[in-house]
Amino acid sequence: MSLTLEQVHRVAHLARIEISDVEAGHTLDRLNEIFALIEEMQAVDTQGIEPMAHAQDLAQRLREDCPLESGRLAMRDVFQAVAPETEAGLYLVPKVIE
Amino acid sequence: MIERSLHELARALASKEISSVELTQLYLDRIASHDPRLNAYISVDPERSLAQARQADARLAKGEGGPLTGIPIAQKDIFCAKDWLTSCGSKMLSNFISPYDATVIRRFAEAGAVLLGKTNMDEFAMGSSNETSFYGPVRNPWRLDCVPGGSSGGSAAAVAARLCPAATGTDTGGSIRQPAALCNLTGLKPTYGVVSRWGMIAFASSLDQAGPLARSATDCAALLNAMAGFDERDSTSLDRPGEDYARDIAAPAGAKPLAGLRIGLPKEFFGEGCRPEVMRLIDAAIAGYRELGATTVAVDLPNMKLSVAAYYVIAPAEASSNLARFDGVRYGYRAPEYRDLNEMYGRSRAQGFGAEVKRRILVGTYVLSHGYYDAYYLQAQRIRRLIAGDFAEAFRHCDVILGPTSPTTAFRLGEKASDPVQMYLSDIYTIAVNLAGLPGMSIPCGFADGLPVGLQLIGDYFTEARLLNVAHRYQHANPWHRQAPTGFV
Repeated sequence: MSLTLEQVHRVAHLARIEISDVEAGHTLDRLNEIFALIEEMQAVDTQGIEPMAHAQDLAQRLREDCPLESGRLAMRDVFQAVAPETEAGLYLVPKVIE
Repeated sequence: MIERSLHELARALASKEISSVELTQLYLDRIASHDPRLNAYISVDPERSLAQARQADARLAKGEGGPLTGIPIAQKDIFCAKDWLTSCGSKMLSNFISPYDATVIRRFAEAGAVLLGKTNMDEFAMGSSNETSFYGPVRNPWRLDCVPGGSSGGSAAAVAARLCPAATGTDTGGSIRQPAALCNLTGLKPTYGVVSRWGMIAFASSLDQAGPLARSATDCAALLNAMAGFDERDSTSLDRPGEDYARDIAAPAGAKPLAGLRIGLPKEFFGEGCRPEVMRLIDAAIAGYRELGATTVAVDLPNMKLSVAAYYVIAPAEASSNLARFDGVRYGYRAPEYRDLNEMYGRSRAQGFGAEVKRRILVGTYVLSHGYYDAYYLQAQRIRRLIAGDFAEAFRHCDVILGPTSPTTAFRLGEKASDPVQMYLSDIYTIAVNLAGLPGMSIPCGFADGLPVGLQLIGDYFTEARLLNVAHRYQHANPWHRQAPTGFV
Protein backbone atom coordinates (compact mmCIF):
# COMPACT_ATOMS: atom_id res chain seq x y z
CA MET A 1 0.00 0.00 0.00
CA SER A 2 1.16 3.52 -0.52
CA LEU A 3 -0.28 6.87 0.44
CA THR A 4 -1.02 9.72 -1.90
CA LEU A 5 -0.10 13.36 -1.43
CA GLU A 6 -3.78 14.12 -1.02
CA GLN A 7 -4.04 11.60 1.83
CA VAL A 8 -1.08 13.21 3.59
CA HIS A 9 -2.81 16.58 3.42
CA ARG A 10 -6.05 15.06 4.69
CA VAL A 11 -4.39 13.28 7.62
CA ALA A 12 -2.40 16.42 8.48
CA HIS A 13 -5.67 18.35 8.52
CA LEU A 14 -7.29 15.74 10.79
CA ALA A 15 -4.29 15.97 13.11
CA ARG A 16 -4.38 19.79 12.99
CA ILE A 17 -0.79 20.08 11.80
CA GLU A 18 -0.26 22.75 9.15
CA ILE A 19 1.86 21.33 6.36
CA SER A 20 3.26 22.96 3.21
CA ASP A 21 3.29 21.20 -0.16
CA VAL A 22 7.06 20.76 0.01
CA GLU A 23 6.86 19.26 3.50
CA ALA A 24 3.97 17.03 2.46
CA GLY A 25 6.04 15.59 -0.38
CA HIS A 26 8.95 14.80 1.89
CA THR A 27 6.62 13.42 4.59
CA LEU A 28 4.93 11.20 2.00
CA ASP A 29 8.21 9.39 1.25
CA ARG A 30 8.95 8.81 4.95
CA LEU A 31 5.40 7.65 5.70
CA ASN A 32 5.49 5.21 2.82
CA GLU A 33 8.70 3.70 4.19
CA ILE A 34 7.02 3.32 7.58
CA PHE A 35 3.91 1.77 6.04
CA ALA A 36 6.07 -0.68 4.10
CA LEU A 37 7.38 -1.83 7.49
CA ILE A 38 3.88 -2.04 8.95
CA GLU A 39 2.54 -3.91 5.92
CA GLU A 40 4.24 -7.22 6.86
CA MET A 41 1.58 -7.50 9.54
CA GLN A 42 -1.16 -7.87 6.93
CA ALA A 43 -0.08 -11.36 5.84
CA VAL A 44 -0.76 -12.82 9.29
CA ASP A 45 -3.98 -14.75 9.81
CA THR A 46 -5.47 -13.43 13.05
CA GLN A 47 -8.98 -14.76 12.66
CA GLY A 48 -10.52 -15.54 16.02
CA ILE A 49 -7.79 -13.72 17.98
CA GLU A 50 -9.18 -11.22 20.46
CA PRO A 51 -7.52 -7.79 20.09
CA MET A 52 -5.28 -6.99 23.07
CA ALA A 53 -5.80 -3.37 24.04
CA HIS A 54 -3.73 -3.48 27.15
CA ALA A 55 -0.83 -5.21 28.79
CA GLN A 56 -2.97 -6.22 31.74
CA ASP A 57 -6.49 -7.34 30.87
CA LEU A 58 -8.08 -5.68 33.85
CA ALA A 59 -11.46 -4.09 34.29
CA GLN A 60 -11.25 -0.33 34.66
CA ARG A 61 -11.45 0.75 38.29
CA LEU A 62 -14.61 2.71 39.09
CA ARG A 63 -15.20 5.28 41.78
CA GLU A 64 -17.89 7.69 42.88
CA ASP A 65 -18.39 10.56 40.45
CA CYS A 66 -17.25 13.29 42.80
CA PRO A 67 -14.07 15.35 43.19
CA LEU A 68 -11.30 13.58 45.10
CA GLU A 69 -9.41 16.69 45.96
CA SER A 70 -10.69 19.87 47.51
CA GLY A 71 -9.44 23.32 46.64
CA ARG A 72 -9.66 22.75 42.90
CA LEU A 73 -10.91 26.29 42.33
CA ALA A 74 -7.97 27.70 44.24
CA MET A 75 -5.72 25.70 41.94
CA ARG A 76 -7.28 27.25 38.85
CA ASP A 77 -4.96 30.26 38.86
CA VAL A 78 -1.96 28.00 39.28
CA PHE A 79 -2.95 25.86 36.32
CA GLN A 80 -3.91 28.83 34.19
CA ALA A 81 -0.59 30.55 34.87
CA VAL A 82 0.98 28.28 32.22
CA ALA A 83 -1.67 29.04 29.58
CA PRO A 84 -0.86 31.30 26.62
CA GLU A 85 -3.88 33.57 27.19
CA THR A 86 -6.53 33.67 29.91
CA GLU A 87 -9.06 36.14 31.26
CA ALA A 88 -11.28 35.91 34.33
CA GLY A 89 -10.57 32.23 34.75
CA LEU A 90 -11.28 31.43 31.10
CA TYR A 91 -8.95 30.29 28.33
CA LEU A 92 -8.94 32.68 25.39
CA VAL A 93 -8.97 31.45 21.79
CA PRO A 94 -9.74 33.20 18.50
CA LYS A 95 -13.41 33.90 17.92
CA VAL A 96 -15.20 30.73 16.78
CA ILE A 97 -18.81 31.90 16.33
CA GLU A 98 -19.53 35.09 14.40
CA MET B 1 32.64 9.05 46.14
CA ILE B 2 31.27 8.98 42.59
CA GLU B 3 31.86 5.24 42.24
CA ARG B 4 29.94 4.36 45.38
CA SER B 5 26.69 2.46 45.24
CA LEU B 6 23.48 4.04 46.48
CA HIS B 7 23.70 1.85 49.55
CA GLU B 8 27.27 3.06 50.23
CA LEU B 9 26.20 6.67 49.71
CA ALA B 10 23.34 6.19 52.18
CA ARG B 11 25.87 4.85 54.71
CA ALA B 12 28.24 7.77 54.10
CA LEU B 13 25.35 10.19 54.66
CA ALA B 14 24.14 8.41 57.80
CA SER B 15 27.64 8.34 59.30
CA LYS B 16 28.19 12.06 58.46
CA GLU B 17 31.17 11.23 56.27
CA ILE B 18 29.52 13.61 53.81
CA SER B 19 26.41 15.77 53.94
CA SER B 20 23.69 15.81 51.33
CA VAL B 21 24.57 19.44 50.57
CA GLU B 22 28.21 18.45 49.92
CA LEU B 23 27.21 15.46 47.83
CA THR B 24 24.72 17.51 45.81
CA GLN B 25 27.31 20.25 45.30
CA LEU B 26 29.84 17.67 44.16
CA TYR B 27 27.47 16.53 41.40
CA LEU B 28 26.43 20.09 40.51
CA ASP B 29 30.12 20.91 40.04
CA ARG B 30 30.61 17.82 37.89
CA ILE B 31 27.62 18.79 35.76
CA ALA B 32 29.02 22.32 35.34
CA SER B 33 32.41 20.99 34.21
CA HIS B 34 31.40 18.05 32.05
CA ASP B 35 27.86 18.47 30.81
CA PRO B 36 28.70 21.06 28.14
CA ARG B 37 30.35 18.18 26.25
CA LEU B 38 27.43 15.76 26.74
CA ASN B 39 24.24 17.87 26.84
CA ALA B 40 22.71 15.30 29.20
CA TYR B 41 20.74 17.84 31.23
CA ILE B 42 17.99 20.18 30.07
CA SER B 43 17.53 21.90 33.44
CA VAL B 44 19.75 22.26 36.45
CA ASP B 45 18.67 24.47 39.34
CA PRO B 46 21.38 24.48 42.03
CA GLU B 47 19.45 26.58 44.53
CA ARG B 48 16.40 24.37 44.40
CA SER B 49 18.45 21.17 44.62
CA LEU B 50 20.56 22.48 47.50
CA ALA B 51 17.43 23.55 49.40
CA GLN B 52 16.18 19.97 49.12
CA ALA B 53 19.62 18.74 50.23
CA ARG B 54 19.46 20.93 53.35
CA GLN B 55 16.07 19.42 54.20
CA ALA B 56 17.56 15.97 53.72
CA ASP B 57 20.46 16.85 56.02
CA ALA B 58 17.99 17.96 58.69
CA ARG B 59 16.18 14.65 58.35
CA LEU B 60 19.45 12.71 58.49
CA ALA B 61 20.53 14.66 61.60
CA LYS B 62 17.41 13.41 63.35
CA GLY B 63 18.30 9.87 62.33
CA GLU B 64 15.20 9.69 60.13
CA GLY B 65 16.92 8.97 56.84
CA GLY B 66 15.87 6.17 54.51
CA PRO B 67 17.83 4.39 51.76
CA LEU B 68 17.61 7.40 49.39
CA THR B 69 17.53 10.32 51.81
CA GLY B 70 20.01 12.97 50.72
CA ILE B 71 21.00 11.20 47.51
CA PRO B 72 20.81 13.34 44.35
CA ILE B 73 18.83 11.69 41.54
CA ALA B 74 18.43 12.97 37.98
CA GLN B 75 14.91 12.83 36.56
CA LYS B 76 14.02 12.38 32.93
CA ASP B 77 12.35 15.56 31.69
CA ILE B 78 9.16 13.61 30.98
CA PHE B 79 8.18 13.73 34.67
CA CYS B 80 6.29 16.84 35.78
CA ALA B 81 8.13 18.42 38.69
CA LYS B 82 6.58 21.38 40.46
CA ASP B 83 8.17 24.72 39.55
CA TRP B 84 10.67 23.03 37.20
CA LEU B 85 10.67 23.42 33.46
CA THR B 86 9.17 20.14 32.21
CA SER B 87 9.81 20.16 28.47
CA CYS B 88 9.62 16.50 27.42
CA GLY B 89 12.41 17.46 25.01
CA SER B 90 9.98 19.51 22.93
CA LYS B 91 9.63 23.10 21.78
CA MET B 92 5.92 22.53 22.48
CA LEU B 93 6.63 22.46 26.23
CA SER B 94 9.74 24.66 26.23
CA ASN B 95 7.80 27.23 28.31
CA PHE B 96 6.01 24.74 30.59
CA ILE B 97 6.79 25.22 34.26
CA SER B 98 4.90 22.37 35.85
CA PRO B 99 2.34 23.37 38.49
CA TYR B 100 2.49 19.91 40.10
CA ASP B 101 4.63 16.88 40.84
CA ALA B 102 4.30 13.55 39.05
CA THR B 103 3.75 10.64 41.44
CA VAL B 104 7.29 9.39 40.73
CA ILE B 105 8.72 12.81 41.62
CA ARG B 106 6.58 12.96 44.77
CA ARG B 107 7.68 9.48 45.85
CA PHE B 108 11.37 10.38 45.45
CA ALA B 109 10.79 13.62 47.38
CA GLU B 110 9.07 11.73 50.20
CA ALA B 111 12.01 9.33 50.30
CA GLY B 112 14.21 12.40 50.83
CA ALA B 113 16.04 12.15 47.51
CA VAL B 114 17.33 15.38 45.97
CA LEU B 115 16.14 16.32 42.47
CA LEU B 116 19.51 17.02 40.84
CA GLY B 117 18.19 18.07 37.44
CA LYS B 118 15.99 17.18 34.49
CA THR B 119 17.62 15.11 31.80
CA ASN B 120 17.54 15.41 28.03
CA MET B 121 15.47 12.99 25.97
CA ASP B 122 14.09 12.37 22.52
CA GLU B 123 11.13 14.66 21.90
CA PHE B 124 8.09 13.15 23.69
CA ALA B 125 10.24 10.00 24.12
CA MET B 126 9.99 9.25 20.39
CA GLY B 127 13.41 8.11 19.30
CA SER B 128 16.24 5.67 19.90
CA SER B 129 19.21 8.05 19.71
CA ASN B 130 18.29 11.21 21.61
CA GLU B 131 18.69 13.15 18.38
CA THR B 132 15.07 14.34 18.16
CA SER B 133 15.33 16.55 21.27
CA PHE B 134 14.53 20.25 20.80
CA TYR B 135 17.45 20.81 23.18
CA GLY B 136 19.93 19.12 20.88
CA PRO B 137 21.45 15.65 20.79
CA VAL B 138 23.12 14.00 23.78
CA ARG B 139 26.57 12.52 23.29
CA ASN B 140 27.68 9.10 24.50
CA PRO B 141 30.32 9.43 27.26
CA TRP B 142 32.07 6.34 25.88
CA ARG B 143 32.59 7.98 22.50
CA LEU B 144 31.50 11.54 22.00
CA ASP B 145 30.63 11.21 18.31
CA CYS B 146 28.20 8.38 19.09
CA VAL B 147 24.63 8.50 20.35
CA PRO B 148 23.77 7.43 23.93
CA GLY B 149 20.62 5.67 22.74
CA GLY B 150 17.13 6.88 23.46
CA SER B 151 14.75 8.00 24.39
CA SER B 152 16.19 8.23 27.93
CA GLY B 153 19.57 9.26 26.47
CA GLY B 154 20.22 12.17 28.84
CA SER B 155 19.62 10.02 31.92
CA ALA B 156 21.91 7.32 30.53
CA ALA B 157 24.73 9.72 29.60
CA ALA B 158 24.45 11.43 33.00
CA VAL B 159 24.73 8.18 34.97
CA ALA B 160 27.51 6.82 32.73
CA ALA B 161 29.64 9.98 33.08
CA ARG B 162 28.95 10.02 36.83
CA LEU B 163 27.06 13.30 36.57
CA CYS B 164 24.53 11.78 38.98
CA PRO B 165 24.53 8.61 41.11
CA ALA B 166 21.38 7.30 39.38
CA ALA B 167 18.47 8.46 37.24
CA THR B 168 15.00 7.60 36.06
CA GLY B 169 13.86 6.75 32.57
CA THR B 170 10.72 5.66 30.79
CA ASP B 171 10.41 2.78 28.37
CA THR B 172 7.71 2.53 25.70
CA GLY B 173 9.63 0.34 23.23
CA GLY B 174 13.08 0.10 24.77
CA SER B 175 13.81 3.63 25.97
CA ILE B 176 15.39 2.52 29.26
CA ARG B 177 17.02 -0.73 28.13
CA GLN B 178 18.57 0.43 24.84
CA PRO B 179 20.35 3.51 26.29
CA ALA B 180 21.42 1.36 29.26
CA ALA B 181 23.00 -1.06 26.77
CA LEU B 182 24.72 1.67 24.78
CA CYS B 183 26.13 3.40 27.90
CA ASN B 184 27.20 0.39 30.04
CA LEU B 185 24.37 0.76 32.54
CA THR B 186 21.80 -1.33 34.31
CA GLY B 187 18.22 -0.39 33.43
CA LEU B 188 14.90 -1.91 34.37
CA LYS B 189 11.49 -1.56 32.74
CA PRO B 190 9.05 -2.94 35.31
CA THR B 191 5.85 -4.86 34.61
CA TYR B 192 3.27 -2.50 33.12
CA GLY B 193 1.29 -0.93 35.97
CA VAL B 194 3.90 -1.28 38.72
CA VAL B 195 5.05 2.37 38.59
CA SER B 196 2.47 5.15 38.41
CA ARG B 197 2.24 7.07 35.14
CA TRP B 198 0.50 10.03 36.78
CA GLY B 199 2.30 13.23 35.81
CA MET B 200 4.51 11.35 33.38
CA ILE B 201 3.84 12.94 30.00
CA ALA B 202 2.05 10.27 27.97
CA PHE B 203 3.37 8.90 24.68
CA ALA B 204 1.68 5.49 24.25
CA SER B 205 -0.36 4.91 27.37
CA SER B 206 -0.73 1.13 27.09
CA LEU B 207 3.06 0.69 26.71
CA ASP B 208 4.72 3.51 28.73
CA GLN B 209 6.36 2.45 31.96
CA ALA B 210 8.89 4.26 34.16
CA GLY B 211 11.91 2.61 35.72
CA PRO B 212 15.43 3.12 37.05
CA LEU B 213 18.64 3.70 35.07
CA ALA B 214 21.62 3.08 37.31
CA ARG B 215 25.02 1.43 37.52
CA SER B 216 24.03 -1.85 39.15
CA ALA B 217 21.09 -4.13 39.78
CA THR B 218 21.38 -3.37 43.50
CA ASP B 219 20.97 0.35 42.80
CA CYS B 220 18.01 -0.37 40.50
CA ALA B 221 16.33 -2.36 43.30
CA ALA B 222 16.73 0.56 45.72
CA LEU B 223 15.25 2.97 43.17
CA LEU B 224 12.35 0.68 42.25
CA ASN B 225 11.52 0.34 45.93
CA ALA B 226 10.93 4.09 45.96
CA MET B 227 9.16 4.31 42.58
CA ALA B 228 6.75 1.37 42.67
CA GLY B 229 3.36 1.27 44.33
CA PHE B 230 -0.34 1.66 43.76
CA ASP B 231 -1.57 5.11 42.77
CA GLU B 232 -5.26 5.91 42.75
CA ARG B 233 -4.59 8.72 40.28
CA ASP B 234 -3.40 6.35 37.55
CA SER B 235 -6.28 4.21 36.30
CA THR B 236 -3.80 1.57 35.06
CA SER B 237 -1.83 1.40 38.32
CA LEU B 238 -2.01 -2.08 39.82
CA ASP B 239 -3.29 -2.43 43.36
CA ARG B 240 -0.92 -5.06 44.72
CA PRO B 241 0.75 -5.54 48.09
CA GLY B 242 4.03 -3.65 48.40
CA GLU B 243 7.22 -5.65 48.03
CA ASP B 244 10.94 -5.27 48.66
CA TYR B 245 12.57 -5.60 45.25
CA ALA B 246 15.98 -6.16 46.87
CA ARG B 247 14.85 -9.22 48.84
CA ASP B 248 16.28 -11.83 46.46
CA ILE B 249 19.55 -9.93 46.14
CA ALA B 250 19.82 -9.82 49.94
CA ALA B 251 19.25 -13.57 50.32
CA PRO B 252 22.36 -15.61 51.11
CA ALA B 253 23.96 -17.34 48.13
CA GLY B 254 26.56 -20.04 47.68
CA ALA B 255 29.05 -20.77 44.93
CA LYS B 256 26.24 -21.61 42.49
CA PRO B 257 23.79 -18.83 43.38
CA LEU B 258 21.59 -19.44 40.34
CA ALA B 259 21.36 -23.23 40.64
CA GLY B 260 17.92 -24.29 39.44
CA LEU B 261 17.37 -21.20 37.29
CA ARG B 262 16.18 -22.04 33.78
CA ILE B 263 17.19 -19.47 31.19
CA GLY B 264 15.19 -19.44 27.97
CA LEU B 265 17.07 -18.64 24.79
CA PRO B 266 14.64 -17.67 22.01
CA LYS B 267 16.05 -18.55 18.62
CA GLU B 268 14.57 -15.29 17.32
CA PHE B 269 17.16 -13.43 19.44
CA PHE B 270 20.06 -15.39 18.02
CA GLY B 271 19.45 -15.23 14.29
CA GLU B 272 20.52 -12.74 11.68
CA GLY B 273 20.23 -9.05 12.42
CA CYS B 274 22.53 -8.96 15.42
CA ARG B 275 26.10 -7.85 14.85
CA PRO B 276 28.61 -10.71 15.45
CA GLU B 277 30.71 -8.68 17.91
CA VAL B 278 27.57 -8.18 20.02
CA MET B 279 26.54 -11.84 19.74
CA ARG B 280 29.98 -13.04 20.86
CA LEU B 281 29.56 -11.21 24.15
CA ILE B 282 25.99 -12.47 24.61
CA ASP B 283 27.30 -16.03 24.13
CA ALA B 284 30.04 -15.36 26.68
CA ALA B 285 27.42 -14.10 29.14
CA ILE B 286 25.40 -17.30 28.67
CA ALA B 287 28.54 -19.27 29.57
CA GLY B 288 28.89 -17.00 32.61
CA TYR B 289 25.36 -17.85 33.69
CA ARG B 290 26.03 -21.57 33.38
CA GLU B 291 28.98 -21.12 35.74
CA LEU B 292 26.58 -19.58 38.24
CA GLY B 293 24.49 -22.75 38.14
CA ALA B 294 21.81 -21.79 35.63
CA THR B 295 20.69 -24.11 32.86
CA THR B 296 19.53 -23.01 29.42
CA VAL B 297 16.62 -24.16 27.32
CA ALA B 298 15.66 -23.26 23.75
CA VAL B 299 12.33 -21.44 23.48
CA ASP B 300 10.34 -19.97 20.60
CA LEU B 301 8.84 -16.54 20.16
CA PRO B 302 7.49 -17.11 16.65
CA ASN B 303 5.57 -13.84 16.41
CA MET B 304 8.34 -11.62 17.71
CA LYS B 305 9.32 -10.70 14.16
CA LEU B 306 6.01 -8.86 13.88
CA SER B 307 6.56 -6.76 16.99
CA VAL B 308 8.12 -3.76 15.23
CA ALA B 309 5.25 -3.59 12.74
CA ALA B 310 2.57 -3.93 15.42
CA TYR B 311 4.36 -1.40 17.61
CA TYR B 312 4.54 1.20 14.85
CA VAL B 313 0.76 1.02 14.58
CA ILE B 314 -0.15 0.90 18.27
CA ALA B 315 2.37 3.43 19.61
CA PRO B 316 1.64 6.13 16.97
CA ALA B 317 -2.11 5.54 17.32
CA GLU B 318 -1.95 6.14 21.06
CA ALA B 319 0.48 9.03 20.56
CA SER B 320 -1.80 10.78 18.08
CA SER B 321 -4.55 10.66 20.67
CA ASN B 322 -2.37 11.66 23.64
CA LEU B 323 -0.68 14.52 21.81
CA ALA B 324 -4.00 16.01 20.70
CA ARG B 325 -3.94 17.85 24.03
CA PHE B 326 -1.13 20.11 22.80
CA ASP B 327 -3.28 22.66 21.05
CA GLY B 328 -1.84 25.99 22.19
CA VAL B 329 -4.80 26.68 24.48
CA ARG B 330 -4.15 25.44 28.02
CA TYR B 331 -0.36 25.16 28.14
CA GLY B 332 2.66 25.00 25.94
CA TYR B 333 3.59 26.73 22.73
CA ARG B 334 1.17 28.91 20.76
CA ALA B 335 2.11 30.18 17.30
CA PRO B 336 2.57 33.96 17.20
CA GLU B 337 0.34 34.53 14.16
CA TYR B 338 -2.98 33.01 13.07
CA ARG B 339 -6.28 34.15 11.63
CA ASP B 340 -8.69 31.71 13.25
CA LEU B 341 -8.89 28.80 15.67
CA ASN B 342 -7.98 26.10 13.17
CA GLU B 343 -4.97 28.03 11.99
CA MET B 344 -3.94 28.55 15.61
CA TYR B 345 -4.07 24.79 16.23
CA GLY B 346 -2.39 23.92 12.94
CA ARG B 347 0.45 26.40 13.27
CA SER B 348 1.05 25.86 16.98
CA ARG B 349 1.39 22.14 16.35
CA ALA B 350 3.39 22.55 13.13
CA GLN B 351 5.87 24.85 14.86
CA GLY B 352 5.82 23.22 18.30
CA PHE B 353 6.44 19.60 17.26
CA GLY B 354 9.58 18.25 15.59
CA ALA B 355 9.65 16.09 12.46
CA GLU B 356 9.61 12.66 14.13
CA VAL B 357 6.74 13.55 16.45
CA LYS B 358 4.73 14.88 13.53
CA ARG B 359 5.42 11.73 11.52
CA ARG B 360 4.15 9.54 14.33
CA ILE B 361 1.05 11.67 14.86
CA LEU B 362 0.30 11.38 11.14
CA VAL B 363 0.81 7.61 11.10
CA GLY B 364 -1.39 7.29 14.19
CA THR B 365 -4.11 9.54 12.80
CA TYR B 366 -4.12 7.54 9.58
CA VAL B 367 -4.35 4.09 11.17
CA LEU B 368 -7.19 5.25 13.41
CA SER B 369 -9.10 6.96 10.61
CA HIS B 370 -12.32 5.69 9.10
CA GLY B 371 -11.82 2.66 6.89
CA TYR B 372 -8.36 1.77 8.17
CA TYR B 373 -9.02 1.05 11.84
CA ASP B 374 -9.71 -2.67 11.40
CA ALA B 375 -6.90 -3.33 8.94
CA TYR B 376 -4.26 -1.60 11.01
CA TYR B 377 -5.17 -0.90 14.60
CA LEU B 378 -7.21 -4.02 15.37
CA GLN B 379 -4.83 -6.22 13.39
CA ALA B 380 -1.90 -4.82 15.42
CA GLN B 381 -3.77 -5.49 18.66
CA ARG B 382 -4.43 -9.08 17.59
CA ILE B 383 -0.75 -9.55 16.83
CA ARG B 384 -0.02 -8.05 20.21
CA ARG B 385 -2.01 -10.88 21.78
CA LEU B 386 -0.10 -13.45 19.74
CA ILE B 387 3.19 -11.97 20.97
CA ALA B 388 2.03 -11.98 24.60
CA GLY B 389 0.92 -15.59 24.10
CA ASP B 390 4.37 -16.55 22.81
CA PHE B 391 5.93 -15.26 26.02
CA ALA B 392 3.34 -17.05 28.19
CA GLU B 393 4.18 -20.31 26.42
CA ALA B 394 7.94 -19.69 26.75
CA PHE B 395 7.63 -19.03 30.48
CA ARG B 396 6.13 -22.52 30.93
CA HIS B 397 9.62 -23.82 30.15
CA CYS B 398 11.94 -21.18 31.66
CA ASP B 399 12.21 -18.60 34.44
CA VAL B 400 13.88 -15.78 32.53
CA ILE B 401 14.51 -15.10 28.86
CA LEU B 402 17.92 -13.88 27.74
CA GLY B 403 19.20 -12.21 24.59
CA PRO B 404 20.83 -9.05 23.28
CA THR B 405 19.29 -5.68 24.16
CA SER B 406 20.32 -3.97 20.96
CA PRO B 407 21.60 -5.45 17.68
CA THR B 408 24.52 -2.99 17.60
CA THR B 409 26.70 -0.93 19.88
CA ALA B 410 26.26 2.86 19.95
CA PHE B 411 26.04 4.23 16.42
CA ARG B 412 27.37 7.55 15.16
CA LEU B 413 25.41 10.76 15.59
CA GLY B 414 23.53 11.40 12.36
CA GLU B 415 24.01 7.85 11.08
CA LYS B 416 20.33 6.92 11.25
CA ALA B 417 18.76 10.32 11.88
CA SER B 418 17.36 10.70 8.35
CA ASP B 419 16.12 7.11 8.09
CA PRO B 420 13.24 6.49 10.51
CA VAL B 421 12.86 2.81 9.63
CA GLN B 422 16.55 2.02 10.31
CA MET B 423 16.18 3.85 13.63
CA TYR B 424 13.05 1.84 14.49
CA LEU B 425 14.95 -1.40 13.96
CA SER B 426 17.34 -0.47 16.80
CA ASP B 427 14.56 -1.68 19.07
CA ILE B 428 13.84 -5.08 17.48
CA TYR B 429 14.74 -6.95 20.68
CA THR B 430 13.03 -4.66 23.18
CA ILE B 431 9.64 -3.77 21.68
CA ALA B 432 7.94 -7.16 22.17
CA VAL B 433 8.45 -6.83 25.94
CA ASN B 434 6.42 -3.61 26.02
CA LEU B 435 3.68 -5.08 23.86
CA ALA B 436 3.35 -7.97 26.33
CA GLY B 437 3.74 -5.67 29.37
CA LEU B 438 6.52 -7.79 30.87
CA PRO B 439 9.46 -6.63 33.00
CA GLY B 440 12.79 -6.40 31.17
CA MET B 441 16.32 -5.36 32.04
CA SER B 442 19.55 -4.54 30.31
CA ILE B 443 22.88 -5.18 32.03
CA PRO B 444 26.45 -4.62 30.84
CA CYS B 445 28.17 -7.72 29.43
CA GLY B 446 31.38 -6.43 27.88
CA PHE B 447 32.81 -4.17 25.22
CA ALA B 448 33.18 -4.38 21.45
CA ASP B 449 35.74 -1.93 20.02
CA GLY B 450 35.59 0.05 23.23
CA LEU B 451 31.81 0.42 23.17
CA PRO B 452 29.51 -1.24 25.72
CA VAL B 453 27.21 -4.16 24.91
CA GLY B 454 24.00 -4.86 26.83
CA LEU B 455 22.47 -8.18 27.78
CA GLN B 456 18.69 -8.26 27.98
CA LEU B 457 16.87 -10.26 30.67
CA ILE B 458 13.10 -10.64 30.45
CA GLY B 459 10.96 -11.98 33.27
CA ASP B 460 7.36 -13.09 33.67
CA TYR B 461 4.88 -10.59 35.11
CA PHE B 462 5.79 -9.25 38.58
CA THR B 463 9.10 -11.11 38.84
CA GLU B 464 11.21 -7.95 39.19
CA ALA B 465 12.83 -9.14 42.43
CA ARG B 466 14.03 -12.34 40.76
CA LEU B 467 15.08 -10.52 37.59
CA LEU B 468 17.14 -8.07 39.65
CA ASN B 469 18.77 -10.96 41.47
CA VAL B 470 19.58 -12.74 38.19
CA ALA B 471 21.22 -9.51 37.05
CA HIS B 472 22.99 -9.00 40.38
CA ARG B 473 24.55 -12.48 40.52
CA TYR B 474 26.00 -12.00 37.05
CA GLN B 475 27.33 -8.55 37.98
CA HIS B 476 28.89 -9.88 41.15
CA ALA B 477 30.89 -12.44 39.13
CA ASN B 478 31.40 -10.33 35.97
CA PRO B 479 31.83 -6.70 37.03
CA TRP B 480 31.58 -5.08 33.56
CA HIS B 481 29.24 -2.55 35.15
CA ARG B 482 32.11 -1.13 37.20
CA GLN B 483 33.90 0.15 34.11
CA ALA B 484 33.51 3.88 33.62
CA PRO B 485 34.27 6.04 30.59
CA THR B 486 37.48 8.07 30.81
CA GLY B 487 37.64 11.84 30.49
CA PHE B 488 35.16 12.76 33.21
CA VAL B 489 37.45 13.07 36.21
